[in-house]
Amino acid sequence: MKFLIATILTAALAFISGLFLPWWGIAVTSLLVAVIIHQKAGKAFLSGLLGIFILWAGLAWWIDMKNNGILSKKIASVLPLGGNAILLILVTGIVGGLLAAFASMSGSFLRSSAR
Amino acid sequence: MRIVPFAISTIVTAGLVFALNKQWGNIPPMGKFLSPQHGFWQNAEPDNKSFNADLKLSGLKSKAEVYFDDRLVPHVFAENDEDLYFIQGYLHAKFRLFQMDLQTKAAEGRASEIAGAKAVEFDKRQRRMGMRFAAENAMKEVEKDPLSKTMFDAYTNGVNAYISSMKESELPVEYKLLNFKPEKWSNIRTALLLKMMAKMLTGETEKDLPNTNAKSIFTPDELKMLYPQVPDSLEPIVPKGTAFDKPGIVPVAPVTADSLYFNQKETVGVREVSKQDVANGSNNWVVAGSKTKSGAPILCNDPHLELSLPSIWYEMQLKTPASNVYGVSLPGSPFVIIGFNDSIAWGVTNAQRDVKDYYRVKFKDNSRKEYWFNGKWEPTIQRPETIKVKGGAAVYDTVAYTVFGPVLYDESFSDDFSNKKDLAIRWTAHDPSNEGMTFYWLNRAKNYDDYAAAIKTFQCPGQNFVFASKAGDIAIWQQGNFPARWDGQGLYVMPGQDSSYIWQGFIPQAENPHSKNPERGYLESANQRPADSAYPYFIPGSYITPRGVTINNYLSSMNNIVPDVMMKLQNNYFNTLAEDVRPVLLKYVQEEKLSAKEKEYLEIFRNWDLMASPDSKGQTIYQCWWDSLEVAIWKDDLDRVKPQAPWPEEQTTMELLKKDSAFKFIDDVNTTEKETLYDVVTAAFRKAAVDLSEKEKNGKLGWAKSKNPTVYHLLKDALLPFARRGLNIGGNGNIINAVTHSHGPSWRMIVQLTATTEAYGVYPGGESGNPGSKYYDNYVDYWTEGKYYKLWFMKDGDKEDKNIKWAMKFSGK
Repeated sequence: MKFLIATILTAALAFISGLFLPWWGIAVTSLLVAVIIHQKAGKAFLSGLLGIFILWAGLAWWIDMKNNGILSKKIASVLPLGGNAILLILVTGIVGGLLAAFASMSGSFLRSSAR
Repeated sequence: MRIVPFAISTIVTAGLVFALNKQWGNIPPMGKFLSPQHGFWQNAEPDNKSFNADLKLSGLKSKAEVYFDDRLVPHVFAENDEDLYFIQGYLHAKFRLFQMDLQTKAAEGRASEIAGAKAVEFDKRQRRMGMRFAAENAMKEVEKDPLSKTMFDAYTNGVNAYISSMKESELPVEYKLLNFKPEKWSNIRTALLLKMMAKMLTGETEKDLPNTNAKSIFTPDELKMLYPQVPDSLEPIVPKGTAFDKPGIVPVAPVTADSLYFNQKETVGVREVSKQDVANGSNNWVVAGSKTKSGAPILCNDPHLELSLPSIWYEMQLKTPASNVYGVSLPGSPFVIIGFNDSIAWGVTNAQRDVKDYYRVKFKDNSRKEYWFNGKWEPTIQRPETIKVKGGAAVYDTVAYTVFGPVLYDESFSDDFSNKKDLAIRWTAHDPSNEGMTFYWLNRAKNYDDYAAAIKTFQCPGQNFVFASKAGDIAIWQQGNFPARWDGQGLYVMPGQDSSYIWQGFIPQAENPHSKNPERGYLESANQRPADSAYPYFIPGSYITPRGVTINNYLSSMNNIVPDVMMKLQNNYFNTLAEDVRPVLLKYVQEEKLSAKEKEYLEIFRNWDLMASPDSKGQTIYQCWWDSLEVAIWKDDLDRVKPQAPWPEEQTTMELLKKDSAFKFIDDVNTTEKETLYDVVTAAFRKAAVDLSEKEKNGKLGWAKSKNPTVYHLLKDALLPFARRGLNIGGNGNIINAVTHSHGPSWRMIVQLTATTEAYGVYPGGESGNPGSKYYDNYVDYWTEGKYYKLWFMKDGDKEDKNIKWAMKFSGK
C-alpha cells in the first residue's frame, strides 16, 4: 500500500512540478516524496523509477497518440533508435525514471539518517 | 548511520541531473530533451490542435483579428499598417522562428555559434563578403525614411512580442536538439535577411576568378567561342526587335585595357568554393486579355530556389481598410513579396546579371593597413571580426575595406594554391538602398504607374518584375541598379591600383529592359539575357536560355487561355535543349560499335518523347550521355589551367555542335590521335551506358528515381529525418518544371485578374515550421503532383465563413 501511494505521489508531484519547474524538478519532488513516505532504500528506488517511468512514458504515449506519431518517428530517427516510436517512449520513461529512482533513494536515506 | 549511502545516492542523482542537462557532442541534453512537459514531446502537436487565441500585447494600437483557414493560412485584418506588420512579425515568429533566427545569424557570419568549428570558414567568407556591412548600409536608408522605419519597427516589435511570450516548452524543436536559444529580433536582422537574398541571387552570377584563369590559356577568339555573350537561340525578355533609346551613359575603356587587362595572363590562385548553380532560376510570365478565355490577364510565377523545410515562403493575406494583399512573405521580413491585391498581381524572377567585380589591390605590408591607390598609400578601414564558436575558442579575423569594398581574399583567407592575390570586391549589394519598401508599395499598387514607381528604387538583387492589372495592362521590368560597363569590363579580375578600372556609373533606371502591353499579348522571363544584342550596354551575367525558349514556344501558340492551362504549363516537362541535341547525338553515334545493351539504351533515347517526366528513362539516358559528352569535349581543355577554367554553358556547347561538327575543342589534347565528333559522341555514350546499367540494376533508370528529388530540412544532412525524400517528380533546371535533386519551384502561383480575382498557388512545404505539426509538409504531395490550392482572398463579409477554422484576436495592453 505504502509502495503504491509513494509511486502515485511521485508521479503526481512530478507532474505538478513540470508545470512550474525545469525538467529536473522531478528529482526534487521524488526525493521529497521519499522523505515523507518512508520506505526502505530499495523500495524507494523502485517507487521513484516506476512513478516517473509511468508519468513520462505515459505522457509521451498520450502525446504521441494525439500527434499520430508524426514527430516521434522523426526524432527516433535523429536519435539512433531506428525510427521506432515505442522505443523512444520507453527511453523517455527510463531516463526520467532512473533519475527519480536515485532521487527517491536519497530521500529514503535522508529520512533514515534524520531518525 | 545512513549518511554515506545518502551522500553517494545524492551525488549520483546530482550527477545524473548534470549529465542529462548537458549537450554531449551531437547528443542533445537528454533529460531536458526527453521530458514530456519541457522537451521535444511538447512540439508534437495534437492532430486537433486549436490555434484560437485571445492576445493582449503591448505595442498594438487597435484591435485586430487573424482568421486561419483549413490550410492554416492566416488572413490578417488590422486597422492600420503598424498593427498589420506587428502581427505579421508575430505570426512569422510563432510559426517560423527557427529559420528566421538561423538564416539571419548565418547571413552575418555567425553560423559557428550554432554549428561549431565546421562553420568557421563559412562565417569568415560571409564577413569578408561584407554581409553585415551591407545590412548596416541598408539600415541607414531605412532610418532615413520615417515610413519605412515605422514599418520595420512594427515588424520587429511583433517578432519580439512572440519571443518574450514564449514558454521554454514552446521553443521550436531545433533549438531543443541543438541546445540554444533564439535571439531577439532587430531591424538589422530584417536587413540581413534581404542581404541573404541578395547574396543568394547575385553572389554567384559572375565567374570573374575562373574567367581570369581561362584568360591565361585561351586566346580572345577562343574565349568568345567558349563564353559568348548572346546565345543564337536566345528569346530575350524584352521582345526581339524592341527599339532602345540612345544610351544615357557611354563608359570608356581605360587606355591600358589591352596591356593590363585583356592580355594579362596571370592566374588567380583562388578556387571558388561554391559553383554557380544554374538551378537558381525562376519562371514568370503574363498573358494579356487578348489571349485568355475570360478576357482578363493571367499572371504566373514560380521562383526556383533551394527547396527547404520549413519553406522559405510563408503564405498569408494582409488587410487593412486601406490595403489588401495576398501572397507569400519571407519570414524575417514584413510585406508580401510575390502576390496580388484587389487591383494588380506581380511576380519576380532573378535577373542573373553580374553586379560583383574583383579588383587586385596592393597592400604596403602584411598589416593591410595601407594600399596603393592613385599614386599613394591610402589607409584601409579595418573591420575586426570575432567569430564565436560553439564548444571552442573564438576565431579572430580582420577585414580590410578599400575604395572598392571589402578585401575578400588575402594571405589570411585563401585556398592552398600558390600565387595568392589580394582581391577586393565591388558589389552592388553593399550600396545603400531600401529594397523592402518596393514591396510595401507593390502591396498597395493600384495600376501600372504605381507598380513602375514602386520598383524604381529596387537595386539589388536585380529582378524581373512581371505585372498585370485588372485594368488589362501587362508589363515586365528588369529592375536593379546595374553598372554601366565598357565592353568586357568586369569579366576578369581588374587592376585595382588606381581609379581607371572603377565603374564609371550606372545604367539609368529608365533604360532598364522593359516592355508594356506588347502586340504579341504575352511577356515572360526565365533567367535568360533580358535583351538581344541591340541593347546598348555590355551586360554579362549567368543567364539560362532554354526555359525562356520553351515558354515562348508555348505561349506564342496559345489562345483562349484558362488558369488550368497555365497550371499545366508550370508543370511542363518538355526538354528544349534535348530537342536540339538529339539529332546531333543520333547522327554521330557509331552504332556498329555498341553492344546489345547499349543499343537498347539508344533505342529508348531515339523514341523518347522529350519529356523529363518522373518515370522517363529517355531523360535519364539523355542526361547521362550529355553530361558525359560535355566532360569529353571540355575537361581536357579546361584542365590546362589550375584551378579550373569555367565550364561553357550547355547552350553554348549545343550551339557549337550544331554549327561546326569539327570545332577544335572536340579533340582530346591529352592523346596523340585526333578525335572526331564520331569518336567523342560514341565514347561518351559508352561511358554513360556504364552508369546507366548501374542505375538500372538499382532500379533507378527512371528519371525521378535517378535524381531523387528531395526537400531537405534547413540543416540538411544533420536532420535528414526532417526532410522529404524520393519525391516522384520530373523536370530539371533547364525545363519549365525546374526540379533538380533539391532545387526547384519554391512557390507556384497563378492569378487571373477577372473582376473577382481567381488565384491558385502551392509550395513544397506547409505553413508551420514545426516538424511535429501536420502543417509542416502537408503541401508537398500536392506540389509533387502538380496540383494547386485555390487561394481564398477573404473579404470583410467572410468573417463567419465555414473556411475559417481558428481565429486569433489581438488587442493592445
